[in-house]
Amino acid sequence: MAGTTITAAPTGSLPLDESARRFTAKRRRSLYVGAVVFAALAALPYAIRDVYLQNVLVLTLLYAALSQSWNILGGYCGQISLGHALYFGIGAYATSILFVNYGITPWAGLGLGAVIAALVALAIGWPCFRLGGHYFSIATIVIAEAGLLLVQNWDFVGGAMGVQWPFNPDAWATLQFAQDKVPYVHLALGLFVATWLVTYGVAESRWGYGWRAVKDDPAAAQSLGVEVFRSKMAAAAISAFFTAIGGGLYAAYVSYIDPESVMSFRFSLLFALPAVLGGVGTLWGALVGAVILIPITEISRSYLGGTGSGIDLIFYGALVMIVSLARPEGVLSLFKRTRKARNAEI
Amino acid sequence: MTMQALVQVLASGLLTGLIYGLVAVGLSLIFGLMDVVNFAHGEFLMLAMYATFGLVMVSGLDPVVLMPLVAALMFVLGGTVYVGVVRFAMRARANQGMVQIFATFGLATLLQGVAQYLFTPDYRSLSNSWLGGKTLDLGGIFLPWPQIFGALVSLAAFGGLFLLMTRTDFGRALEATREDQGAVALVGIDCNRVFALGWGLGAALVGLAGAVLAVFYYIHPGVGGAFALIAYVTVALGGFGSVFGALAAGLIVGLVEAATALILPPSLKSVGVYALYLLVVLVRPQGLFGRL
Repeated sequence: MAGTTITAAPTGSLPLDESARRFTAKRRRSLYVGAVVFAALAALPYAIRDVYLQNVLVLTLLYAALSQSWNILGGYCGQISLGHALYFGIGAYATSILFVNYGITPWAGLGLGAVIAALVALAIGWPCFRLGGHYFSIATIVIAEAGLLLVQNWDFVGGAMGVQWPFNPDAWATLQFAQDKVPYVHLALGLFVATWLVTYGVAESRWGYGWRAVKDDPAAAQSLGVEVFRSKMAAAAISAFFTAIGGGLYAAYVSYIDPESVMSFRFSLLFALPAVLGGVGTLWGALVGAVILIPITEISRSYLGGTGSGIDLIFYGALVMIVSLARPEGVLSLFKRTRKARNAEI
Repeated sequence: MTMQALVQVLASGLLTGLIYGLVAVGLSLIFGLMDVVNFAHGEFLMLAMYATFGLVMVSGLDPVVLMPLVAALMFVLGGTVYVGVVRFAMRARANQGMVQIFATFGLATLLQGVAQYLFTPDYRSLSNSWLGGKTLDLGGIFLPWPQIFGALVSLAAFGGLFLLMTRTDFGRALEATREDQGAVALVGIDCNRVFALGWGLGAALVGLAGAVLAVFYYIHPGVGGAFALIAYVTVALGGFGSVFGALAAGLIVGLVEAATALILPPSLKSVGVYALYLLVVLVRPQGLFGRL
């Protein structure tokens, strides 16, 4: 690891060990920031007793985690997948089917779903990573949509009717908490912290640099000895793994899933959106984006959408459009000095 | 299966395929021109269907007569979307690909909201038009007139597009801009103007498709989604940017869909199309007629 830290350090006129020292200090600082933010988030549901707001908090953290997972492939490695709903669905269905049909604890389902999703991501990546740009994005949409169709017509998993979780007393073993949403806040936060730590660990490693090189210029990366294809495959597997866990948690949280409600194309976009709004390929972008986007979505949906008048859609669409046009680098870039932002991009 | 049933399937597949080609060609045209995938393409189609519906309600005229007006309105909408939204997305210096995706996705959601606000989420249909519900009987092979009409409109539109692209200054400017934006600017062609007209043309073409579909398909705010997916597959299959690839791929998609429906349950009819698409793209990443 020592070798990678030195290559990672911003050189310039500083002596190598000095810049390496600064770099390590900066890295340690972001860990401290992380610890403080996560502790605050963990305490937050005790301050907010309102069930509706707790629901918003769960969704915000869940979307932050899902978007952070997407960010690994889309943001760091630059492969814009618009088919992550497939992995989300795999996680949701693996967890639900094991629990509802066989009585196996959802924890096992989360693990199984994650592994299956990672394998599926590799199986998809193997042929599709040869496709560039829009061709790759469209292929991911089509594969996810084909998956949706198959699940809709697969009776074993409930077909179009979906799967209903039975009602059970609150327990960590079954991940069911009807009385209290606080455990879900902590589960979603736990997943986000996991994805954050993976991103933190990988971003400045050999892999992370490989990914960014692949994102910027695959041909140049290849010529410098980056194993482009294997980098993409690794990013896809990690990304799918955590997306599936998010799917499983979501299924436990809402206790009813059907193909449309976990695998439709909308979700694939919704997973990407927080990271894009917050700052794609950054450590905190997904959380910042989710904190802005999800409460606005949820609150505007409950106050404007109830009548089915479509005003909530108008509002939401306009918001997405304006933010992505006004701040292509993401909201996070507002808080950085320009040079730093440029460095982060590069 | 009898011979007659087979011919029936082929014929309906061809008609549907021609309409799919018309749905997709605008998307392909815009992509070829400026490397932008319009994620609001399905919503353009949906708006065109509502425009037809609304105009029929207001004027009492037949949708066939109103079709040119719908196309003209969509032309204006397309140009406006370029000037108001896409132009800014093209200016983004960071993450341009994602900005395009999400700006047009935001627009799509907004347009759905507008449609829902104006027309409610209810399903609508145009029941009394000249063509509605009538079928042509060709010795036991039944073809619905609205689809025949749609297929003819599609052929005419592709013919017109061919003439436009090859015989007019605008067409040549379009082709030249697609080849090399910088060089085009040097010879004094205003790229922004060409792009705006390109978006107008793309939207007008999907507008024709919408006017055709409004006669025989249910109209609701989410109707764009299903057709958008078919349009993406068609365009990727034919080759992004290839106008006539879109026609050929539309026909293939229509035929494969009809053939799949013979073997699998109707709800799975798209699976054959998706499978074919994946197969083609894996062998030929640029699609059948695309350039990389």
